Amino acid sequence: MKYVNAPVIKKDAMALVTGQPVYMDDLAPKNCLIVKVLRSPHAHALIREIRTDSAEKVEGIACILTYRDVPKRRFTMAGQTYPEPSPYDRYILEQRVRFVGDPVAIVAGETEKAVDLALKRIKVTYEVLDAVLDFHTAMDNPVLVHPEEDWQSLCPVGADNKRNLCASGSEGEGDVEAVLADCEIRMDEVYHVKAVQQSMMETFRTCTYLDTYGRINVLSSTQIPFHVRRIVANALDIPKSKVRVIKPRIGGGFGAKQTVVTEIYPAIVTLKTGKPAKMIYTREESMIASSPRHEMEVRVRLGANRDGCIRAIEVHTLSNTGAYGEHGPTTVGLSGHKSIPMYRTEAFRFQYEVVYTNRMSAGAYRGYGATQGIFAVESTVNKLAAKLGMDPVALRRMNIIHEGDIMPAYYGETASSCHLEQCLNRAAAMIGWEEKGLRTVMPDGKIRGRGVAMAMQGSAISNCDVGSVTVKLSDEGTYNIIVGCTDMGTGCDTIIAQFAADVLETSIDNIAVYGVDTDTSPYDSGSYASSTTYLTGMAAVRACEQLKERILALAADKMQREASELCFDGEKVFDEKDGAQMSLFDIATASMCNNEISLEVTYSHSSPVSPPPFMAACAEVEIDPETGAVELLDYTACVDCGTVVNTNLARVQTEGGLLQGIGMTLYEDIWYNEKGKNLSNSFLQYKIPSRLDAGKIRVEFDSSYESTGPFGAKSIGEVVINTPAPAITNAIYQAVGVWIDELPATPEKILRGMKVI
Amino acid sequence: MKIHLWLNEREITREIDADLPLLEFVRSEGCYSVKRGCETSNCGLCTVWMDGRPVLSCSVLTARAEGTHITTLEGVRERAEAFGAFLAKQGGEQCGFCNPGFIMNVLAMEDELTNPSDEDIREYLAGNLCRCSGYESQMRAIKEYLRSRKDELPLNGETE
Repeated sequence: MKYVNAPVIKKDAMALVTGQPVYMDDLAPKNCLIVKVLRSPHAHALIREIRTDSAEKVEGIACILTYRDVPKRRFTMAGQTYPEPSPYDRYILEQRVRFVGDPVAIVAGETEKAVDLALKRIKVTYEVLDAVLDFHTAMDNPVLVHPEEDWQSLCPVGADNKRNLCASGSEGEGDVEAVLADCEIRMDEVYHVKAVQQSMMETFRTCTYLDTYGRINVLSSTQIPFHVRRIVANALDIPKSKVRVIKPRIGGGFGAKQTVVTEIYPAIVTLKTGKPAKMIYTREESMIASSPRHEMEVRVRLGANRDGCIRAIEVHTLSNTGAYGEHGPTTVGLSGHKSIPMYRTEAFRFQYEVVYTNRMSAGAYRGYGATQGIFAVESTVNKLAAKLGMDPVALRRMNIIHEGDIMPAYYGETASSCHLEQCLNRAAAMIGWEEKGLRTVMPDGKIRGRGVAMAMQGSAISNCDVGSVTVKLSDEGTYNIIVGCTDMGTGCDTIIAQFAADVLETSIDNIAVYGVDTDTSPYDSGSYASSTTYLTGMAAVRACEQLKERILALAADKMQREASELCFDGEKVFDEKDGAQMSLFDIATASMCNNEISLEVTYSHSSPVSPPPFMAACAEVEIDPETGAVELLDYTACVDCGTVVNTNLARVQTEGGLLQGIGMTLYEDIWYNEKGKNLSNSFLQYKIPSRLDAGKIRVEFDSSYESTGPFGAKSIGEVVINTPAPAITNAIYQAVGVWIDELPATPEKILRGMKVI
Repeated sequence: MKIHLWLNEREITREIDADLPLLEFVRSEGCYSVKRGCETSNCGLCTVWMDGRPVLSCSVLTARAEGTHITTLEGVRERAEAFGAFLAKQGGEQCGFCNPGFIMNVLAMEDELTNPSDEDIREYLAGNLCRCSGYESQMRAIKEYLRSRKDELPLNGETE
């Protein structure tokens, strides 16, 4: 191994640090129409009248579209494999508006000023309806968010639009009630994880234009180019062959761009006008009409013996998908599937309901439901430790799974690679768990507390996701790799090249990587569900192995020998017996003259399993008991992501994911007024951590070896966001005796818990 | 209105709208490194220099740049590459979208502060948000870069 498990610099690094024009708005045609939407001021209403005549008179306006102008064909904006579990519950524009911010009209014009003026001149008369704003009251509420008859659920996910139900279900193994009844200790706890925003620095954005062949080209900041192709075609009701999607560099995603947030608006403008069009979301729009984490209320019932043996866990999740069902049926699953399996139990049960409300639609955010479920289950285990007077690390050692264990709550998969206990021990040792104890009162009256939590995730969606790589030998023995997975700053273009370089025994600089263009890239589900390194990485390994066979075959043909007699060392094909050889340069040259052996391989890979990465983390906080202010002093984490493919990028993924988790634990909060208007609509109100808020994050790795992954690798992108909430709230409890069950853990909540206010 | 200024040391005169933000102006002049991440002066992505001092170009009217020297990342390419190599060596550039504004401020800090402490660095750069990195890799890169400048090591990011 030369490049795998090394700190390889990203292939696009120097372009990014020198500010090259590589993002969507840098590359968009300069004559794009500016596209914006008029947004509903009401949480739930019917448009009774909409007048655009005055707006159309504004100079420079190219088109104004209302619900009358769009196809009457429902679709989902969720970037998922067809048939999507997310219901088909949208038109591009509709007479019914379902949240404050729901689009009412699309305006396109030559300048932003013209568009802004036209937006002001559109006159809308609404019939304001009762809204469903509290997700506890949504199911079977007389007010229906989606009463329409053409609402459609393509998959059996327990959905019923006449009950405001986007999905529901139940699963389990063993008799949970009987085991709970037999337990000496029973916990019954409820947690509330609010929606939070991915807040990637580049807001949602897309431009569209017609190409030489009259097809709609979509240049978009997206994680899911192939799903965008399908969704745009569905929304516009045009053939899929009429759409081409190109992904440039994208300024962060974190799941936000696994939903088609902006693409359809410029696309319909280009379809109607034939002109290039672009939509650039403002930060405000990214806050009020986007794809944030699903708000969830998670109830955990847990039974244990007095000695600390955990015997049963039940998770019951109520998830708020908002006005539309994007990722609603699937995110909820992870709240149970990625929390319960970390413990060996005699019985488990997982139940869930996903409800529609008149809030902005939720979507995919790193962790994808696991974050919410793990906060609840890990907090309950921490409460059990407190109740039993046990050390929460020691309690976990008694109960966690180990390599080789079957995980009944994780589709019955076997933990084929698992260093969870090693990670737990290491994270604890890093923070000085044994020496420092759980609580320290400082001379100045501040109190320090220490907490712990664990996490797991998956690596791609088993039996579903497809990762593909095309590799070809080009002039003079250089390689081209074409991918459909989407590097969003994570570095997957580089990681794929690392795998390829090691298999092909060549320099990484000898490999050019390109992606993504749906016309030329091999099909890939996209970069989500922690799939890229594990799934597309394996496709790269297999593609390169097959290319080596082709190289040998072509060389054998030219050298007039059997391929089985020849060896390839990355630079030449040779016969060990007599030293005869043919250089890669000459093989590449030979492939371009009088040749019928293609030196190009596309390999598509899916996996029957989704091996979980595991991790454990410890937090040390210092609380001022007079103000409730929390300072995070230290955060230690140890990750088992299988083989660490790029030691730098894995570390930065972990550090970045942890700080996002810390943000949602301590600061980030989406809040609405009583009429359903989102008030946390800018970085002034919605506070993501700055570098002054970042504590000391320390990361180490303890790698198992996953035999189904490329070079033993599993995933890392998502698991890293899951520990901060339960670890930090545990530390807060140890310090001041207050459990924070509703995030974020603000000073006000801590003081209320301490009965100071 | 007419405006006259130096953009990356190129003297230009342009007819502009009075309400044109400097951010939009420099992008229209081909300085695509300058990005917008918010509308509320919170993110730091749009940082450029006006007469050598960092300003948020989203919140400065182009009219106020009359007679000044405006510098974007395109105008300090060699220094951007020098520091950028250290950032890349840590994997800290990530999605890259915040890099230009961040690097403009790092270079301004280098010019303004002598031997800054970790706390000085965090304070100086507090207005530059990054959602990918968790800031730790950026800090490692800054410290290695400043150390190398002090030791006058070659500017290729190879310090160890």
